[in-house]
Amino acid sequence: MKYATEFRDPKAAKAVLARIAAVADEIGATRAAPVHIMEICGGHTHAIFRYGLDKLVHEGIEFIHGPGCPVCVLPMARVDECVEIAERPEVVFTTFGDAMRVPGTRKSLMQAKADGADIRMVYSPLDALELARRNPDREVVFFGLGFETTTPSTALAIQQAAREGLENFSVFCNHITVPEPIKALLDDPHMVLDGFIGPGHVSMVIGTHPYDFIARDYAKPIAVAGFEPLDLLQSVLMVLEQIRDGRAEVENQYARVVPEHGNPVSLAAMADVYERRPSFEWRGLGEIDASGLRIRPVYAAYDAEEKFGVGYAAGPRNVAEPEGCACGQVMTGRIKPTACPQFGRGCTPEMPLGALMVSSEGACAAYWQYGGARATEAAE
Amino acid sequence: MCLGIPGQIVAVTDETRMMALAEVSGVRREVNVACVLDRPIGDLVGEWALIHVGFAMALIDADEAAKTLEALRDLGEAQEALEAMEAGQKALEGQS
Ligand code: SF4
Repeated sequence: MKYATEFRDPKAAKAVLARIAAVADEIGATRAAPVHIMEICGGHTHAIFRYGLDKLVHEGIEFIHGPGCPVCVLPMARVDECVEIAERPEVVFTTFGDAMRVPGTRKSLMQAKADGADIRMVYSPLDALELARRNPDREVVFFGLGFETTTPSTALAIQQAAREGLENFSVFCNHITVPEPIKALLDDPHMVLDGFIGPGHVSMVIGTHPYDFIARDYAKPIAVAGFEPLDLLQSVLMVLEQIRDGRAEVENQYARVVPEHGNPVSLAAMADVYERRPSFEWRGLGEIDASGLRIRPVYAAYDAEEKFGVGYAAGPRNVAEPEGCACGQVMTGRIKPTACPQFGRGCTPEMPLGALMVSSEGACAAYWQYGGARATEAAE
Repeated sequence: MCLGIPGQIVAVTDETRMMALAEVSGVRREVNVACVLDRPIGDLVGEWALIHVGFAMALIDADEAAKTLEALRDLGEAQEALEAMEAGQKALEGQS
């Protein structure tokens, strides 16, 4: 864990921490009655733990870790479908490395690869395109996974494949969107949320307006933030000041990267290639309306669901979570990871049982990696 | 996978496909620049961009690039991105 003195700009960090403390006192936030701020993005969760920001800020501020880690919200059924496609002899299945260890009901992609399926980790959908060009006799499938940050790249890859008439390339599209699960959490009467830290890189693509409903309809403040510790602290301060002033607005702390209206080229590519699914399943959160994207019929030739008859289109396939795992409760901020009976026992980053343990952006993995002391604290 | 990594665009490789060579922490890789093409592609050479899974998604200044890279190194994400690039290269060569 890093402390404020180790920050690049310790003076600035200390000044912001002091202002956070002053405003927290002004609004009467205490350890017993804290202000609940959800950081939506898994990258922010990771940064908060890496720098120990949750311990550095005033004790009346509690971070609730949001659903913004795409690997963590991937249901087992989707992993099973990946394995099913990957095990076809003609298929070269390509995926971001993050997805390799997510458990499915039968096996993870890692296990499927060990069992002989041709599964390759790629850095980019462009690598998958290149594989398709070089292997015309194989079916190259790319696992489209992630929020609006990665969605445009898959859309642009499909457009490129269409321009080239590459018939042996397709995408297994499981892209999801950020605003819809936030709405679902705000509609959940059990959730206590006082404000949000908005994702930086998702917002770089979609802009800040998709969050307007949070301020307008739910009267909650949100500040879109960058990834440096100082960015995060400043966004916490922005949210607290809004609460103090009785304001609810969408503020942009990361304006140096996030344009108000997003990235026009990305948005156009996404609109051209994708349409919303009526609903989509999230691990731990269940079905959420309009929260997933599928490939439009005009691009059906590049849709792995159409090509192989596997996926969301092929009918409901709900699979129960493994016994004794509390992923859903952790995901909705009801309990801390350390309260899960499997934490550190049946579930570790080496042998994950739930997906929150797989990626460094998952809350359980972050607790495990940086919170050894906290785990003991909680056990005492 | 969700956090981009800063890279400097050093050459145009394929104008029709909107591809350029970017240097990321000393590693060179081809990236798509469609999303930041607000000028003739050749004029992007020398610019810094946030690169996400092989796509330049936003132009940033050199100072911001340096700060972001430092934060990513702290988080271990810079290393992860470079390893992913290497894995991608291996996948193309059919060795992974
Ligand atoms: S410790 Fe493992 S099983 Fe428990 S909530 Fe976290 S990821 Fe799920």
